[in-house]
Amino acid sequence: MLKDITLGQYFPGDTIVHRLDARTKIICLIAYIAALFTAKTWLGYALALAALVTVSALSRIKPAALLRGLKPLWFIVIFTGAVNALYGTGEPLAEFWIFKITESGILQGIRMMLRIMLLVCGTFLLTYTTSPLNLTDAIESLLSPLKRLHAPVHEVAMMMSIALRFIPTLIEETDRIISAQKARGAAFDTGKLTERARALLPLLVPLFVSAFRRADELATAMECRCYHGGEGRTRMKTPRLAPRDGWAMALGALLVLAAAALRRAGI
Amino acid sequence: MSEIIRFENVSFAYDENAPEALRGVSLGIERGSFTAVLGHNGSGKSTLAKHMNAILLPTRGRVLVNGTDTADESALLKIRSTVGMVFQNPDNQIVASIVEDDVAFAPENLGVPSAEIRRRVDAALECVGMYDYRLHAPHLLSGGQKQRVAIAGVIAMQPECIVLDEPTAMLDPAGRREVLSAVEAMRRERGMTVVLITHHMDECVGADRLLVMSGGEVAMDGTPHEVFSHPAELHALGLTVPDTRLLLDGLAAEGWDLPADALTVSECARVIADFMLKEKREKCLHRP
Amino acid sequence: MPTPPIIQVEGLSHVYSRGTPFEKTALENVSLSVEAGALVGVIGHTGSGKSTFVQHLDGLLIPTAGRVLIGGEDIAASKDALRRARFRVGLVFQYPEYQLFEETVYKDISFGPRNMGLSEDDIDARVREAAGFVGVGEELFSQSPIDLSGGQKRRVAIAGVMAMRPEVLVLDEPTAGLDPRGREQLLANVLDYRAATGATVLLVTHSMDEIARIATRLVVFSEGRLAMDGTPEQVFSRAAELRGMGLAVPKATEIALELKSLGIAVPDGIYTIDRLREALLRLERGSGDA
Repeated sequence: MLKDITLGQYFPGDTIVHRLDARTKIICLIAYIAALFTAKTWLGYALALAALVTVSALSRIKPAALLRGLKPLWFIVIFTGAVNALYGTGEPLAEFWIFKITESGILQGIRMMLRIMLLVCGTFLLTYTTSPLNLTDAIESLLSPLKRLHAPVHEVAMMMSIALRFIPTLIEETDRIISAQKARGAAFDTGKLTERARALLPLLVPLFVSAFRRADELATAMECRCYHGGEGRTRMKTPRLAPRDGWAMALGALLVLAAAALRRAGI
Repeated sequence: MSEIIRFENVSFAYDENAPEALRGVSLGIERGSFTAVLGHNGSGKSTLAKHMNAILLPTRGRVLVNGTDTADESALLKIRSTVGMVFQNPDNQIVASIVEDDVAFAPENLGVPSAEIRRRVDAALECVGMYDYRLHAPHLLSGGQKQRVAIAGVIAMQPECIVLDEPTAMLDPAGRREVLSAVEAMRRERGMTVVLITHHMDECVGADRLLVMSGGEVAMDGTPHEVFSHPAELHALGLTVPDTRLLLDGLAAEGWDLPADALTVSECARVIADFMLKEKREKCLHRP
Repeated sequence: MPTPPIIQVEGLSHVYSRGTPFEKTALENVSLSVEAGALVGVIGHTGSGKSTFVQHLDGLLIPTAGRVLIGGEDIAASKDALRRARFRVGLVFQYPEYQLFEETVYKDISFGPRNMGLSEDDIDARVREAAGFVGVGEELFSQSPIDLSGGQKRRVAIAGVMAMRPEVLVLDEPTAGLDPRGREQLLANVLDYRAATGATVLLVTHSMDEIARIATRLVVFSEGRLAMDGTPEQVFSRAAELRGMGLAVPKATEIALELKSLGIAVPDGIYTIDRLREALLRLERGSGDA
C-alpha cells in the first residue's frame, strides 16, 4: 500500500557511493541528466544505462528497489510513450480517427519512456544513497553564493530536510486514517469521480489538521533546542572533499563529453 | 542548595478572554532536585512547564532562571540552553532523519565547534542507551527509543535542568520503563535538575518533591509521602494514590504497624514481609 | 440450534509485504472464539500481533491463511459479507480523535450510520443514543470538533463508532494519554454501551490494572501467537511468564510476586489490591492459629 512508496527514502550503507560527498553526487547527477538529454541514439541511452547500472552495483542498491520507486510513475511513463507514438513522421502503421501511429513515433515513444525511467532511477539512486540531511546540506552549500543576494538558502534547506523527515510519518498516518474511516464504512475506491473526490475529505481533513499540529509542536521543540535560523550555526559533520570526489566528478564530466561525442557522430 | 528556577506570582492566559491557565503561582525549583508535577488534563501543568524556558511568558509576575528574567530577550538562548524540554509526542520533536544528526541539532544551533559536538552527541547517546542506534532512521524506532533520542537531544545541549512534559503518555509499559531509566541515568551521571510532568502516580514515587496542580494553582506541595497522605483531597482533584499506598493504608486500618512511606513496589513488599515475619517469630516465642 | 459464537477465528495467519525483503509474519495460526456478551482484554507488547489481529475482525486486513467468522459468517466470503462484518464489528483505533473531519460534532457522529444507508430518522436516533453513551450533550452537536477539549474529542470519535450500533465493539488503547478521571469515565462509557446493547467488547490495552478490574477473559499475544487465554485469575497466575514476554502485570500482582520472593506464602492469581489485602490478612490470622 502506501508504505511501498519509497520517495525520498534513504537506505543507509557504507559503499563508495554512500561515502561520496553529497555535493559531488548532485553534480554527478546533473552531469548524468545532461548526458541523458544529449543522447539521441540508442548507444547514447546505453551509455547512460551503463552509468546507472555501474553506480547502482557499486552502491549495492538492488535493481528491484529502483524499479519499485518507479511504481507510482507507471502511468506517466506509459502516457508519455503513448503520446510520443502518435507524433511520429513517415508511413503510418495504423490509423484511426485523427491519430496515426508510425514506426518513428513508436521508437520516439520508447526513447522518451527510457529517458524518464533513467532520469527517475538516477535521481532515486541519489536519494537512496544520501541521507536527506546531507542532501539538503549539499544543496545549501551549492546554493550558498545566492546568500549574498539575500536569498533564504538556509531556510529553504531546513524546510526541505524537515519535509523529508516527516514523509514516512505522514505516510503512516495516512494509512491509519484510511483504516479508521473504512472502519466507519467509508469507501475510498468506489463511486463516480465527484463522489470519490468528496470521499477523500474524511482523509484529507484529519491529515491537514494533524500536519498543522505537528508543525506547531515541532516549531516549539526546535525553539526549545535554541534554533534561531542559520546565523552562527556550526555543524557536527563538516564534509571535506576527498580525492574520490575529484575522480567521481571527472567521470561525470567524461560521461557528458562521451554523450556529446556520440551525438556529434550520430551513432 | 540554590534555586535554579523561581516563579514569582505568575499568572498566564492564552488570550485576553480566556480563563487564566496559571493563577498567581509562586514556587522555586532547587538545583539538583527531582520534582514531579501531577494534575488532571487542563490543570495548568503543561502551561507551568512552558514557562520554565521562555516558550511562554507570564501575563503577570515573572519567572527567573538562574536569576535572569525569562522576558529578557537578549538572554533567550542562555535560558533555553540552561533549561531543556522534552515533550509528549516523540515524533514531533525529532528534526533530522538520522539519530545522531538529530542529537547534534541543539549544539549546532549554539555554535559549538564540530569536534566538541561529536563528543557531546556520543556521550548523550551513551547516557540514554541509544549509542548503538546512532545511525538509524528515527521513524523506524519504537516510541520509547524515539523518546530517548529526544532526551539525548536535550542532554547534548548540556542544560542544568530538564523539564519533561508527559514524556511517557504515548508509550507502552516497556517504553515507559526505558524513558524513566534514562531520566534516572541523567540524574545519577550528570546531577541534572529534573522536573517531570505526568499523570501516572507511579512515576512520582521516586521524586524529592511532588507538586499537584489544579485550576492553574499549586494545590498540594510536599514530598510524595506527604502528598499521598491526603487521598481524599487527591481524589477531589481527579487523581488517585498509588496502589502501594492503598495497600499499606488498608493493612494499617486492620491494625498493622507499617511505615506509610514505602511507595515503590520493592519497598512496600519489604515492609510488609518484615512485619509478617516479625509477628510470626513473636508468636512462636510467646507460645508456651 | 445453539447460536454460534459471535467471533470465530480459525487458523488465522497474516504476513505483511509478502514476497518483498520487508516480509514479516505478524500472526501465526491463531484460533479462538468469543461468546456474545463477553468483555475480552487483548494483551501483548507492541508488535505482538494484537493490532493485526483486531484489524482482521472487521475485514480491514484479509487473512493470509485461515478464516474469520462473525456471527457464523465468513467475512471474506463475498463483498457483501465483508460489508456486513464491517458494520457488525465497530473498531475504534488508537487516538481516534485524529479521525474527526466534519464541520460539526453531529455530522461527524452521523458519518458511520450514513454510510450504512440508514434513513434520516434512524440516523438521528443513532446519533443521539451514541452521544448519550459517551456523555456528549446536545449543546455540543453544532460545535466544530476542533474546538473541543482532548477528552471530549476522544468521546465524540468513539460515539462515531457506537452510532453504528456494532454487536462487537473493539477499542485499541481507548484510554491512552487520558488522566485518571478521564480513563475512569471512558471505561464507564464503554461498560454502559455494553450493558445497554448486550454487545461483545474487546479492549486492547497495556494497562493491566485497568483491564484486571473489568475483563471477563484475557487473551495474550506474543510474537504473533496466542500465548495465553483465560480468566484474569488464570492469566495473572502466570505472572512470571507474562513478564518474560516483556509485559507488565497489575501492581497488586507485582507486590505479591515480590512478597513471595521474600518468603511470604501469597497465593497465585492475585490481581487487585483488595484481594491482596484480604489474602495477607488471612495469612496473618492463619499463622496465629497454627
